[in-house]
Amino acid sequence: MAIPSSLVTLLLGMALVLVGFWVGQNVNLLPLDASSNAPVYDDLFRVLFVIGTILFIGIVGLVLFSLVRFRRRDGDESDGLPIEGNLPLEIVWTAIPAIVVLFVGIYSYDIYERMGGMAPLNDHSAHMAHQAQAMAVQQASAGGQGDGDQPRVWGGIGPVDPGEAVLPVEVTAMQFAFLFHYPGSNIISGELHVPSDRPVELRMEAKDVIHAFWVPQFRLKQDVIPGQTTVLTFTPTRPGSYPIVCAELCGPYHGGMRSTVVVHEPDEFEAWVQRNAPAPPPPATVASAPTAPVA
Amino acid sequence: MTVATPGSFEGPGLQPQGWLRYFSFSLDHKVIGLQYLVTGFLFYFLGGALAGVIRTELASPISDFVSRNTYNEVLTLHGTVMIFLWIVPVVNGAFGNYLIPFYVGARDMAFPRLNAVAFWLIPPAGLLLISSYFLAGGAAQSGWTAYPPLSLTTPALGQVIWILSVLLLGGSSIFGAINFIATILKLRRPGLKLMQLPMYCWAMLGTSILAVLSTPVLAGTLVLLSFDIIAHTGFFNPALGGNVVVYQHLFWFYSHPAVYIMVLPAFGLVSEILPVHARKPLFGYTTMVYSIMGIVVLGLIVWAHHMFTSGTPPWMRLFFTIATSFIAVPTGIKFFNWLATLWGGKLALNSAMLFSCAFIVNFVFGGITGVALAQVPFDIHVHDTYFVVGHFHYIVYGGTVFVIFASVYHWYPKFTGRMLNESLGRLHFLLTFIGFNLCFAPQHWLGLNGMPRRVAEYDPSFTTLNQVSSVGALLMALSTLPFLINVIMSAFNGKIAGDNPWKALTPEWLTSSPPPVENWTGPAPLVQHPYGYGEAVAALDLRSASGEQIWSGNQR
Repeated sequence: MAIPSSLVTLLLGMALVLVGFWVGQNVNLLPLDASSNAPVYDDLFRVLFVIGTILFIGIVGLVLFSLVRFRRRDGDESDGLPIEGNLPLEIVWTAIPAIVVLFVGIYSYDIYERMGGMAPLNDHSAHMAHQAQAMAVQQASAGGQGDGDQPRVWGGIGPVDPGEAVLPVEVTAMQFAFLFHYPGSNIISGELHVPSDRPVELRMEAKDVIHAFWVPQFRLKQDVIPGQTTVLTFTPTRPGSYPIVCAELCGPYHGGMRSTVVVHEPDEFEAWVQRNAPAPPPPATVASAPTAPVA
Repeated sequence: MTVATPGSFEGPGLQPQGWLRYFSFSLDHKVIGLQYLVTGFLFYFLGGALAGVIRTELASPISDFVSRNTYNEVLTLHGTVMIFLWIVPVVNGAFGNYLIPFYVGARDMAFPRLNAVAFWLIPPAGLLLISSYFLAGGAAQSGWTAYPPLSLTTPALGQVIWILSVLLLGGSSIFGAINFIATILKLRRPGLKLMQLPMYCWAMLGTSILAVLSTPVLAGTLVLLSFDIIAHTGFFNPALGGNVVVYQHLFWFYSHPAVYIMVLPAFGLVSEILPVHARKPLFGYTTMVYSIMGIVVLGLIVWAHHMFTSGTPPWMRLFFTIATSFIAVPTGIKFFNWLATLWGGKLALNSAMLFSCAFIVNFVFGGITGVALAQVPFDIHVHDTYFVVGHFHYIVYGGTVFVIFASVYHWYPKFTGRMLNESLGRLHFLLTFIGFNLCFAPQHWLGLNGMPRRVAEYDPSFTTLNQVSSVGALLMALSTLPFLINVIMSAFNGKIAGDNPWKALTPEWLTSSPPPVENWTGPAPLVQHPYGYGEAVAALDLRSASGEQIWSGNQR
């Protein structure tokens, strides 16, 4: 007696799902994870990889099976079956991708929310706590803008928890370099130095053309745009040196527009600030102290 | 509005006859179709040579093959040539012009003169674009996306010529689209209903709607960009109060639908090829039609997924993630329908079938990475990296270009009256498939691990995979040799094909090969079942059989 085809299909489907999960568990295609959202990203990648593997192997398997099993034998001039459609079947394979896509969409929304992607960028009350200090320093050093005409932030990833002690850094991108200015200690550096396990907020603006700030090990990227401030918040977790890559075509030396982000242990970072701050060094803890809750 | 009468093609006019008509302002849709096809292939070889320059430069991690400025000119020209001079004109202009009048039972397109004008805009536009490379300052260097302010600061002459050339090509595309819409809706043979049209007509209708709705937006944007360059206006110049992100919105409002302008016709062509060589009806005709229209509607509201790292507010990222993901649903329907078309058929494993099946495999891979890219958190890492380059080439090369080759193998007997050589065809397929995957699959890993796109130099740790990719590109270049030998030799001494070598049912096969000027010597045939393949099985009563019996072909 032949095995019923529905049983064979079921077993094949189960095997396919198992293979998909096995591949997903063992896939290792991403660089080191060095920020708090990198492991979250890697989870999303794994889920997408499992779904993709199941779909891809399934469809390629069907194509290959059909090409072998249903190939036309020599001398066979007959036609296949006159099947023009099958509505229940078509409803099933409309519903399955719709559900999968909905699931992926909701899941990735959740991850995006956890990364801070949905944080309102221009909500003053959410930003004030650490903004006020950055602004105060700016005003003191440059006699710049008051609170009223704070530049509008156009895009990026905002802070997950605005109450935390955020390290603000102002990033200026130009052909073909990044400049990092620490408002707290007034350091200007060509490399980004940050302490581990403390949120960093980059406020970025370009001088000439569009650039993009990308650290593959942080799984984060944000365009740096002339005339419009963008913001990028992240929390480095793993001390080390990682490349900063410009990811938006910006001219002939675009490929050479790279820098380094150095993630220090917190005390090491304090030492770096002390070493590099222009005299007189303001207390480096000013920017980090979560004081001054405004309004 | 006049519909050209038969007399306007022949007679003692100045129109050359014989082979010379392929170099003339011919009004015959078949001549225009082949003009598009051959011109497209010439630009394909040029674009391929430019890709060769890119892959040679990237064989080593330092910038050592061409100067950095030249490299940016080359990548700009490669993108522009391949999109605007190869894929869009060939899948729309070439096959559309050749096949649509047959499919609707007409003797020509609705506006033959507009049709000829649309084609004859292409050679001058292409030559203009190429000539800019040899002028002072060189060709445009800002990529095929021409994002300001970079496009405002690179040498102006090359950028303005680029804009002019794209405007001409966009005009050609709009003319063609208007012609297709009019032909499909108005020139149908009496008695032929819309839902009886071959699927390629629906694909071209959807594509043409997209082209008509979105191309003018690109044209307007590029005109504003040229004002910024020439007249120093400030639309997109932040130094003068302009906004660079607005350009990106306007640009992608065209350029994302442009992806569907490139792949929807390919979907249509595959839907014609598979049933013939599988000897089965196209599965799920009605859902195929609705999914094309679904793709058209969704395709217009997903553009900002190209801008997840630009200055876009959070809600916008969320909306475009969801809209983009949902394109997978109608697209998935089409792929499952093709698989069901293959299932239980009598598959002829010829070059046309092999290229079509490889299209399914490649496009599914590109579609899976596409759904991943639609997810904002995923995209934020890989945007503007080689992952995107890999994804995009799986869609347009693995998708559309594979279908173009399948279509050439399928319709060459109709074009010329002679068969192509099958052995050379399979060699071509094998080399293309291996070369393509070798070239573009490694690029996904490169992107995930830190290689941005459009760079002439890169981290030395990526050298090996880049060299693998370059070897794949070399194989792809070599793969065109058996193809070229095949199409040229077979034109003279290929096996005589006869009128209908594939025993196909669509109307272009119900006439001589090559067809006469007016398509049919008698009245146009009324084909109401273009996919009426399949032998009725007496043992299986379709009305009482269960779906599973039909699906598995198990008659019991």
